[in-house]
Amino acid sequence: MWRGDAIYLLHNLILKDFRIRYRNMSLGVFWSLLNPLVMMGVLTFVFTQVFPRASTDGPFAIFVLCGIIPFNFFALAWSSATVSIVDNVTLVKRVSIPREIVPVSVVLGNCVHLGIQIALLLLLVIVFGKGVNVHWLWLPLVWVLEIAFVCGVGLLFSALDVYVRDMRYVVESANTVLFWLVPVFYPLSSVRPEFHFVYEYNPIAALILVLRTILLEAKPPVASTLVKLAFTSVFALILGYIGFRMLKRRFYDYL
Amino acid sequence: MAVIRFSEVSKGFVRHTGRRLLGGHLVHRLRNSAKEVFWALRDVSFEIGKGESVALIGANGAGKSTLLGLVAGLADPDKGTVSVTGRLAALLELGSGFHGDLTGRENVYLNGALLGLSRGEMKRQFDRIVDFSGVGEFIDEPLRTYSSGMIVRLAFSVAIQVEPDILIVDEVLAVGDQSFQAKCLERIAAFQRSGNTLICVSHVPSAVQDLCPRAIWLDHGRVVKDGPSANVIEDYTQVRLAAVRS
Repeated sequence: MWRGDAIYLLHNLILKDFRIRYRNMSLGVFWSLLNPLVMMGVLTFVFTQVFPRASTDGPFAIFVLCGIIPFNFFALAWSSATVSIVDNVTLVKRVSIPREIVPVSVVLGNCVHLGIQIALLLLLVIVFGKGVNVHWLWLPLVWVLEIAFVCGVGLLFSALDVYVRDMRYVVESANTVLFWLVPVFYPLSSVRPEFHFVYEYNPIAALILVLRTILLEAKPPVASTLVKLAFTSVFALILGYIGFRMLKRRFYDYL
Repeated sequence: MAVIRFSEVSKGFVRHTGRRLLGGHLVHRLRNSAKEVFWALRDVSFEIGKGESVALIGANGAGKSTLLGLVAGLADPDKGTVSVTGRLAALLELGSGFHGDLTGRENVYLNGALLGLSRGEMKRQFDRIVDFSGVGEFIDEPLRTYSSGMIVRLAFSVAIQVEPDILIVDEVLAVGDQSFQAKCLERIAAFQRSGNTLICVSHVPSAVQDLCPRAIWLDHGRVVKDGPSANVIEDYTQVRLAAVRS
């Protein structure tokens, strides 16, 4: 049996991801910033110049960045966690490490990327004159909830991908669809009230709403949204963990 | 005291050609076709005591790798029970956790953690690992600049420094130059003397006869013979020769 130090292993796996990703980029961190900035520019152009629409709270660029960053993190971490077990077959079939560590390390590895983008977001909030407020103290909690949610989803889909190899394409398509179903470039007020519950129970949508409340309106997050966000995140984490434990028994046979 | 005990262990693999994709799963469900099982191990029973050194021999496809997978806890048996006590390090495909873009040092840290070293153990062992490998100043160069011999030396050095209770050596001693091989054998002998358990795997039995007094011969998933390695290997060699002649 494997009797190692799981935290130390996790630390090393995250470090490996980070090193491999940034060693082959001459501009390093700059690439982490470029993608959300380009997306922000394009969406701002489209929805202020091409389809001008009802005004949103605060500058549209920040409004849309509050949507892009959580969504991008979710999409990237989910799809890279999904393929993590199959792509690391040499580890999973040769070393008896706890297999949960593999998808979790991929999700946490993406957090390095995320941290840089959050810093960019907060910086732009200040640059656009929105300023710091006391409700920023909620930010660590809501981000941790999103990371927990992605860990749960990542665990479940990485295990499913072992059995059904086209799961990765399902995830890719789902991400394309989700971009429109999550309020990245529109406010919740544009959505008919009877559909609001869909957004509140979707942790990514809920996180975007909470971020806008805190950063743009300088208000504390709505309690009911926060509770639903916490509930779905913890539920996804538990479900993903249990599902992974059940499915991992036959990994060796299917890899 | 037995550190490894197999009692009536069977392990089968479902033949699932094409069932890895969604379409394959659907076709299988719709046709309701029976599962076709390939038995890699059938009713295998044996015990390995603490401090024993055992060679596992058999042709390709005899079930050696499956058996090691069960010992290492990578898979569960379909029938029977497997019990293993103690820390295990398997030199299965040395360096499977290595990455070409990382330096030797970074790979040592990563592989040590994969094999179960804690942060403190790693700190204490690091210099010894590098010394043993003889990689020298290349330790801070990316692994892709290493020769294949250097990679194997580094991987072996990490695995042996994990100080396992059970060491599995799988066809790996045929690599590295002669002086390094001699160093490895010396290290393995020291490992045996301190009362640890060793399992050697090979399809070239003469290579393991000197290391292991006992041998288990597997064929088509069954134990054909289990006993003193000289006897088992003699019989095995005769059968192989007969098969080649006919």
